[in-house]
Amino acid sequence: MTIDIAKLSELVVGDTQADRVVPPTGFTARLTLFSAAAMAFLAVFALALSLATGRLAARWGDELARSSTIRISAPEGQLAAQTDAALKLLETTRGVASARALDADEQRALLEPWFGPDLPVDSLPIPQLIEVIEDNEGFDPQGLRLRLSAEVPGAVLDDHTRWRRPLAEAAGRLRLLGWVSLLLIGGATAAMITLAANAALAANAQVITVLRLVGARDVYIARAFVRRFTLRALGGAAVGMVLGCAAILLLPSAQTEGGFLTGLGFQGWHWIWPLIIPPLAAAVAFAATRAAAIRTLKDMP
Amino acid sequence: MGADKGAGLIELENVAYSYGGGELLSDISLQLQPGSFHFLTGPSGAGKTTLLKLCYGALLPTAGDVRLFGTDVRGMERDDIALSRRRIGVVHQDCQFLDHLSVSENIALPLMVSGRDLLAEAANLKELTNWVGLTSRAEARPPELSGGERQRAALARAVIMSPDVVLADEPTGNVDWEMSQRLLRLLVELNRMGKTIMIATHDLALIRAAKAHVQARVLRISNRHLQLAGADL
Repeated sequence: MTIDIAKLSELVVGDTQADRVVPPTGFTARLTLFSAAAMAFLAVFALALSLATGRLAARWGDELARSSTIRISAPEGQLAAQTDAALKLLETTRGVASARALDADEQRALLEPWFGPDLPVDSLPIPQLIEVIEDNEGFDPQGLRLRLSAEVPGAVLDDHTRWRRPLAEAAGRLRLLGWVSLLLIGGATAAMITLAANAALAANAQVITVLRLVGARDVYIARAFVRRFTLRALGGAAVGMVLGCAAILLLPSAQTEGGFLTGLGFQGWHWIWPLIIPPLAAAVAFAATRAAAIRTLKDMP
Repeated sequence: MGADKGAGLIELENVAYSYGGGELLSDISLQLQPGSFHFLTGPSGAGKTTLLKLCYGALLPTAGDVRLFGTDVRGMERDDIALSRRRIGVVHQDCQFLDHLSVSENIALPLMVSGRDLLAEAANLKELTNWVGLTSRAEARPPELSGGERQRAALARAVIMSPDVVLADEPTGNVDWEMSQRLLRLLVELNRMGKTIMIATHDLALIRAAKAHVQARVLRISNRHLQLAGADL
């Protein structure tokens, strides 16, 4: 696809003479501006949702796929020995990059959200946790489970698959939902602008008749409407995009405790994405108005 | 109702036009040759306006052929018809102005839609506005004009592109006798400049007055057919 710079600049700069022949229509102008602004505002959020869920899915996939946990439940007096045995076994397990037993403070921190800060970890029969980090190749979970059951009877391997998969799927679905929302917003924008353009064309039927009478070609008449609606959509979408970005900026920043909701926003170069919304809205308006204008003009003498 | 095929700027050959199940015009043949002056008369509802619309491609015949500058309208694209209208100036009875534009802008409308530079045409526009006596009303809006002023503005708009043909539909329908004579003089003057003129009117006094200044053919639509009017006109 090639972009005709001359035609593009003609559309933006316009022909002030041609613009004068179609009377200004306050109602459709305001309708188009408002619709484009509202849709761009919503599009910013849909885009933020898509990008945030994309990041979330990637993070969950990466972090959880590369780490596993071994839980050792053993009678007092055997816990340390079984922990050592498990660590030694892991040292010789292919695909394991590192493994370490969590100390009492780390285990207390993990339990703190449920039991509070004063939990006497030392006096309770709490299982020992071992964090296992995989290398790029990863280990064979079934093989590791068999070896653990033979050598460390109190050990249970949790490779997080059980709860990682639904989370990753949920994140993927949310991302898809975001993109579908963007498509729907685009479609709704096109529908609203088509309706507004049709209303403007119907309201200006007499103007069009006069223009045809004096020798105006369809492309000339269509351009007068198309340019007007395209620029309105561009302006409205720009305002909506700025407001949407401002609203995103006002959201709480990403925090570990807040989880997904506080991560809804743009990060780094992703802030470029909202800038695409106004030209995209203008392109949708251009196509919708042009189709409506050509369809209407063909039905006129 | 004319000379050899292909000699006219606008030619109708065995044209019929039906509307709403009834035939409005039947077996119409007509040639508008360069520099000719025609009156088209007939009772109200006879089909004068329809015939004029066929002459500038606003309507397509249901039978027969219409040729604009040698090209059959059925073979013309919409844009081709639009371009041919730049060579045909049309004056409607109701003038058909854009009320949000000034008189001057309305007169310049054909220049605007054909992409001409209005600055370059400013002198021409001023001269034409003066020719129809509307210099003092150039910045007024069309609804502010009297009937005669509207007709003169419509005539100025019709001729600003220096068309080959001027078609006028009841141009004197809404004006007094003095104004109708003034409009007639303008049309006769255009004809002397070589323009082809056809005026649809039911005003027989206007036709009689014109015949003193110009050699005009008078055509009458009667019972769906076109015929030369008798010597009484």
